Amino acid sequence: MSILTAILILLALAAIFGMILGFAAVHFKVDEDPVVDQIDNILPQTQCGQCSYPGCRPYAEAIANGDEINKCPPGGEATIHALAELLGRDFVALDEEHGEEKGKRVALIREAECIGCTKCIQACPMDAILGAAKQMHTVIADECTGCDLCIEPCPVDCIDMVPVEVTLNDWRWDLPGAPETQLIATDRSTPVTEASA
Amino acid sequence: MNWQPNKHLHTFHGGIHPPENKDQSTQAPIEAALLPDKLVLPLQQHIGQQAKSLVQVGDNVLKGQMIAEPTGYVSAAVHAPTSGTVTAIETHALPHPSGLSERCVIIAPDGKDTWTELTPVADYQQLDKSALLQHIGNAGITGLGGAGFPTSVKLNPSEDLPINTLILNAAECEPYITADDMLMRERAEEVIQGLQIIAHILQSEQCLIGIENNKPEAIEALQHAVEALQLTEQIRVERIPVKYPSGGEKQLIQILTGKEVPNGGIPADIGIVCHNVGTAVAVYRAIAKGEPLISRITTITGDAVARQGNIEVLLGTPIEALLAHFNIQQEQLHRLIMGGPMMGFTLDSVTLPIVKATNCILAATNRELPDPAPEQACIRCGMCSEACPATLLPQQLYWFSKSREFDKALSHNLLDCIECGACSYVCPSNIPLVQYYRFAKGEIRIEEHERTSSDHARLRFEARTARLEQEEAEKEAKRQARAEAAAAAKIAKEAASDAGECGEKTAVDPKAAVVQAALDRAKARKAQKAAAAKNTADAPTADKADDAAPAMSAVERAKARKAARAAEQSSDGETADQGKKKAAKVSALEKAKTKRSQNSESPSTEGDALPSLNKAPQKTASKGLSALERAKAKRAADSDKQPAEAASTTDSSQEAKPTMTMSALEKAKAKRASAAQPEVPATVQAAPASADNETDNAAAEAKPLSALERAKLKRAQNVTDNAAESAGNKAGKSAEAGSEKPMSALERAKAKRVEAAAQSVSENTESAEPAQTTESATEKPAAAMSALERAKAKRTEKAAQQAAEDSTADTDKRD
Repeated sequence: MSILTAILILLALAAIFGMILGFAAVHFKVDEDPVVDQIDNILPQTQCGQCSYPGCRPYAEAIANGDEINKCPPGGEATIHALAELLGRDFVALDEEHGEEKGKRVALIREAECIGCTKCIQACPMDAILGAAKQMHTVIADECTGCDLCIEPCPVDCIDMVPVEVTLNDWRWDLPGAPETQLIATDRSTPVTEASA
Repeated sequence: MNWQPNKHLHTFHGGIHPPENKDQSTQAPIEAALLPDKLVLPLQQHIGQQAKSLVQVGDNVLKGQMIAEPTGYVSAAVHAPTSGTVTAIETHALPHPSGLSERCVIIAPDGKDTWTELTPVADYQQLDKSALLQHIGNAGITGLGGAGFPTSVKLNPSEDLPINTLILNAAECEPYITADDMLMRERAEEVIQGLQIIAHILQSEQCLIGIENNKPEAIEALQHAVEALQLTEQIRVERIPVKYPSGGEKQLIQILTGKEVPNGGIPADIGIVCHNVGTAVAVYRAIAKGEPLISRITTITGDAVARQGNIEVLLGTPIEALLAHFNIQQEQLHRLIMGGPMMGFTLDSVTLPIVKATNCILAATNRELPDPAPEQACIRCGMCSEACPATLLPQQLYWFSKSREFDKALSHNLLDCIECGACSYVCPSNIPLVQYYRFAKGEIRIEEHERTSSDHARLRFEARTARLEQEEAEKEAKRQARAEAAAAAKIAKEAASDAGECGEKTAVDPKAAVVQAALDRAKARKAQKAAAAKNTADAPTADKADDAAPAMSAVERAKARKAARAAEQSSDGETADQGKKKAAKVSALEKAKTKRSQNSESPSTEGDALPSLNKAPQKTASKGLSALERAKAKRAADSDKQPAEAASTTDSSQEAKPTMTMSALEKAKAKRASAAQPEVPATVQAAPASADNETDNAAAEAKPLSALERAKLKRAQNVTDNAAESAGNKAGKSAEAGSEKPMSALERAKAKRVEAAAQSVSENTESAEPAQTTESATEKPAAAMSALERAKAKRTEKAAQQAAEDSTADTDKRD
């Protein structure tokens, strides 16, 4: 009798929990993997396609599905670190196959040479190139993410990628601590005499 | 004098007591400004956006003239510190820790120091806040304490933040610097008046002047000034204990009021605004004297200069000129620092200019400020956290900054650090802690910027993708609509053709039959009508098609129309139309044919065409000439040929040409034939005349007969002509007259022939068959000319003969 009571109680409990789980599965269902959004937020949104995916979000989806996290040259090491931390994976060096990390750059059209073909305008994922057919084009530097996608379609090769110059407003201090200030002899990269000299 | 700090004052956590080193520079009064060889005025001497240059190279500027205007809300104007010429606007290294170069206006002073026209405010109390702020903004005033924030912005806090306390920062806690001290000692009244103006703008209830009690002369001067201006009620001079960094804004507020500025907030959030004494003087000068900010008090100190002191220096003065003025000893100079030893930064060059925020130039010797000792490992002693005036945990921040764990640094309130350097000062391991924090702050700022820009980029990319998709969808929708329309049309067409297939067959056959029947009937009727209906000859082919239509019976026409409509509806209507057109054309051709025959008939007014053509020549040839008979036969053949096939006329006329080379008779024959040809298409009026004349001429030319016979023949011809032309046309008349006066008659005939030719040319467009008329037009003159020329000689001798013949004939007649 007591065994029967125990079984009934357990069955009742199982039924209740099953109903709760069933309710949750329907009403708290997550349509999209939220980790994709998180990954997408980390990616630099240059939409350059160097990762071999057509934009940052497709790469984010690929990473969520298990692709490597070191395929984003514009993001560089900082992005790889952030992704590693988010996904609990190990840090991997940037895959050189997809390009190397360069500083922030923006496209610059040598306007005298521009023939107004609009090909770069169509290529730009940011709508950062202004111009019309047979009119000179120009890059809106503030909107340019430096994705390089406009370089290839240009028939007259009049687009340069120029590094962004540091101004007073975006200058920042460097990390202090040069290696030669190491006091312990074995930490030094150069002999003491040379360092002191 | 009471040297004890006020009992009601508060204190802040931590703080240090570095050697003051202020006495060296307070021994001499403030020196007057020196005029250097050139002034370098950076367009950005402030926090915010770079000012926009208003001058060009070569412009002459006056002292106090605005040379760069602010470009945004947080921006400040730049003015010419003295009169002179703009020699360049170029990038020049700035006195900034980055050592970056920015755009500067470079002025060569002319030495005259001529002021521009100044607009002082007579009574600032009459002006409202915005007007005063405008004035201060135009004067280019920024905070002179060191940060360089535009004063007009700081004086304009948000409306929902009422300011109840105005604090004048006169603490000047950093070692070596005495610029504010000397300013207060010498210009205390200006300081107090400036404070009054600021208090008026901010509508603050109380004013506090926070001053460290290591400046007794300045305190005394201020109190005297306050008493002299009878402002003791509103303004209170607070002596505060000497402790670094009591001059920090947040620390001074805490000392004076006990309140703390909230994390991430500004003093205005707690109803307090803090300004530097130098700024107060600048505001006073801008309002009361109209002078913009063109100079400031700067301390030149350090053991490397022989003479230490304060100087009123024009903005843009190169530091080397100042150092030279204070007798710099180059060999002694170890480090050149802008600002104080705690918060200042090392300058790489002596060519850098003095800017609005330059309160001190410290030319230190090696003994004074030795190189920092090598950095050692943090031993977690905790001295830094004891010294920190912001109650932070400096060593934690150090670890987080070094390992780039900026999130953790932020959660430890890194941004509350005022970078005072107290932690670095006390660190036994000589760790440059502040540099780590500066680095971390910069990285965080950049990361934040990158995040916002990448969000912005994502938005733009998504907007673009959405736009492209929408365009694609619109295109697709349009294409779909077109495809649907095409499919619907196709279905309709198929249905129509299915229905029309049987109908069309039945429609086509009866149509052809109807057209044929109509044509036949029309032909028959034309033949009947031809003689009577001369007037319709000129009608164009279109009318003829209409003529053909009435020829059908009403029922038949209706049938044809229905068939045509059915054909049209089934989108094959074109063939039906073409058939209709063809029918019209055929009927037109038929009509033209009958018309031609009709024209040739017309003179004889008889129904049968061919016999009538032959009639007149028959009469002329009745004199018994085989040649003429042959000509007759030929003409008949030609006229037979012409109605039969329109195209063959070309051949016949070409055939006529070779005959020219034949004998005169044959030529005459050919001529008559060619004459007959043009006559056919020619108009009603022209045809009979030319026909008659030509028969005349041909007869005259062709016959190598005796004069008598010829005369007879002619007369007979004329008579028959006259008889035939009962209508009494011109040709007949001239022929009649020609019997009396053959010369004139012949000449007239000639003229008429030419006229007829011209007429036929002009009527080319009107005639039903243009090919024929053009041929006749070309053929006729050629044939006529050669014939006429040959005939002319003959005619002259004939004339006399005819005259004789006429007389004899007359006599014969009479007889």
